[in-house]
Amino acid sequence: MTTTTAPDHTTVQGGTTAAELARLNRPERTPKQILGTIGIVLGMAVIVVYCILPFYWMIVSSLRLPSMGRSTDFLPIPASFENYVGVFAASNNFGRALLNSVIVSTTTTLLTLLIGILASYALARLRFRFKGIVLAVIIATSMFPGITLLIPLLKMFTGRYTWFPFYWMNTYQALILPSLSFALPLCVWNLTSFFRQLPVELEQAAMVDGCTPGQAFRKVILPLAAPGVFTTAIITFIAVWNEFMIALRFGQDTAMNTATVSISKFTGVSGFDTPYGTIMAAGVIVTVPLLIGVLIFQRRIVAGLTAGGVK
Amino acid sequence: MSVPDTSTPDTSVPDQQKGRRNLLSDGQGFLAGILLSPTLAVILVIVGIPILLSVREAFFRIDEVQSQTTGKITRYENFAGLENFTNIFTNPQVVNGNYGQLGRFLNAFINTSLFTLICVVLETVLGVAMALIMAKAFRGRAFVRAGILVPWAIPTIVSALMWKLIFDEAGVMNKIIGQHVLWTADSPALFWAVVMADVWKTAPFIGLLTLAGLQTIPAEVYEAGKVDGASAWQTFIHITLPMVKPTLVVAVLFRTLDTMRMFDLPVGLGGFGKYSAETLSMFSYLEADASRYGPAAAYSIVLFLYIVLVAFLFVKFLGADVIGDDELKAVREQRRRQRERKRAGGSSEPPVRSSITSGEMA
Repeated sequence: MTTTTAPDHTTVQGGTTAAELARLNRPERTPKQILGTIGIVLGMAVIVVYCILPFYWMIVSSLRLPSMGRSTDFLPIPASFENYVGVFAASNNFGRALLNSVIVSTTTTLLTLLIGILASYALARLRFRFKGIVLAVIIATSMFPGITLLIPLLKMFTGRYTWFPFYWMNTYQALILPSLSFALPLCVWNLTSFFRQLPVELEQAAMVDGCTPGQAFRKVILPLAAPGVFTTAIITFIAVWNEFMIALRFGQDTAMNTATVSISKFTGVSGFDTPYGTIMAAGVIVTVPLLIGVLIFQRRIVAGLTAGGVK
Repeated sequence: MSVPDTSTPDTSVPDQQKGRRNLLSDGQGFLAGILLSPTLAVILVIVGIPILLSVREAFFRIDEVQSQTTGKITRYENFAGLENFTNIFTNPQVVNGNYGQLGRFLNAFINTSLFTLICVVLETVLGVAMALIMAKAFRGRAFVRAGILVPWAIPTIVSALMWKLIFDEAGVMNKIIGQHVLWTADSPALFWAVVMADVWKTAPFIGLLTLAGLQTIPAEVYEAGKVDGASAWQTFIHITLPMVKPTLVVAVLFRTLDTMRMFDLPVGLGGFGKYSAETLSMFSYLEADASRYGPAAAYSIVLFLYIVLVAFLFVKFLGADVIGDDELKAVREQRRRQRERKRAGGSSEPPVRSSITSGEMA
């Protein structure tokens, strides 16, 4: 590739000579190469537009007047924040739903991290029998269809089993515990690949200095793995935050709806007409904090996702 | 992580082995057990027991008996054998989906299979194309990557509602194509609306993973191809694709399994009870919702076995390395070589302990 040399020279050296050098070093481009560059720029633009456009539509629709929910204008004229006020109307109970989502997602993330860190350290570092089986069990758990778990849990939480004499519908534990089933494998998988990347010599050095393996883990590995732990926390949090089926079934009371369930239940003030403006505003509210987090930490998250290979 | 040279049987040379002992990697089965037990306990309770219960439910039915004197309905659970499974064929609830009059389970099964096939193929093609474009770009890659993460971060149910607005009868999609398609009605159009929404959400994700795979291909390989006079297409088929295959196969496997359990998207986009986009997860959910745990569990078990089969085929025929642990790979390779040696030479070598089972716990 001819253009590979160009950025190096322009960035590495300063002053006019560098610019001249860069110009001299840059080989003459053939029309075919120029065409290729244009094609790539166009391709990149298409990708971005493809990814962003529907989201743009969501934002635009949320900024219209509530009465113009289905308008197909590409700009919200007149722009209005009425939908955002409408989201928090008492009948929607959306504030409570957001709080529920925060509680469920945070608790699940903390729980998975707490026990997931231990497991992933063992999987990444220690050598033991049945490791292959343990890894296979964890990966199989993450491939599991949620519905297979939901059915017996539903029967269980509604108190239909005599050996489980509790009624757990519309409780936080009924939302959090089933969420562990997909959050924990995700967390362990990501963390294991992070721990694998840390050089084993670090712990050896710590132990030469007199640390026990436990101390080596706490004082050397954990601080170094902090970025990985943090990324895993974000990925797990997003996965739980976005969960729908468990929350839909086990948190049916309006007071126990999570944000995703609440949005799916929004009803219009005026009869059966879908209140698109309010729904889109709620969607933006639920998504934007995640997007900000994702964009700030995008480099790390991409590394985490690609290392994990899991959704 | 280095795999010790285990061709030296440690029983015969204990001193040498002791000298090489690595505190970090040997004889830590006990510690591993302690560290792993919380995770395994949670998986056992949250996943293992429900699976067993699910299997149990699939073989039971609920009979309602009305008392003749009081009129009170009493429910009894009776063993049903394979009835919940055979009812799929012998006693189907006939619905009118995309494929004519068909049992509701079969309709959902075909929907699930077609969703998976169509979505995954489209996502893979689009995703690889995106990755190829991004790999070629020198500037703005971070910008594009940020854009690509947008569909991933939006909750599925929110994106489903977003697409519902786009596909509304009076929505922007109909405006763009200048037609009047009833996308969200119970018709094949709903099926394709779901496909489009799913491809939008996950093709960029496959692109992201593929890009990571592309970036590990050394430039020398491409240069060698160039020297040999390979065309762009030949380069793609004979260099890029084989090199990126391990990453791609795992990404596609996860996407496949994820699409097979699709629930949020058709529920948000069309709603429950629209047969043209009803998946197995949805049908099973509705049955459980109506307290028909037996059939619901039976359907979910079929879905589970279907997923296991597909995962098995991926691992078997496409060589998906989902576990990706180098140490395990090395051990497997060592065992294979051992077997070959045994077959070829027949010399009775002392049993070699694998590196996993070495150390104090063996």
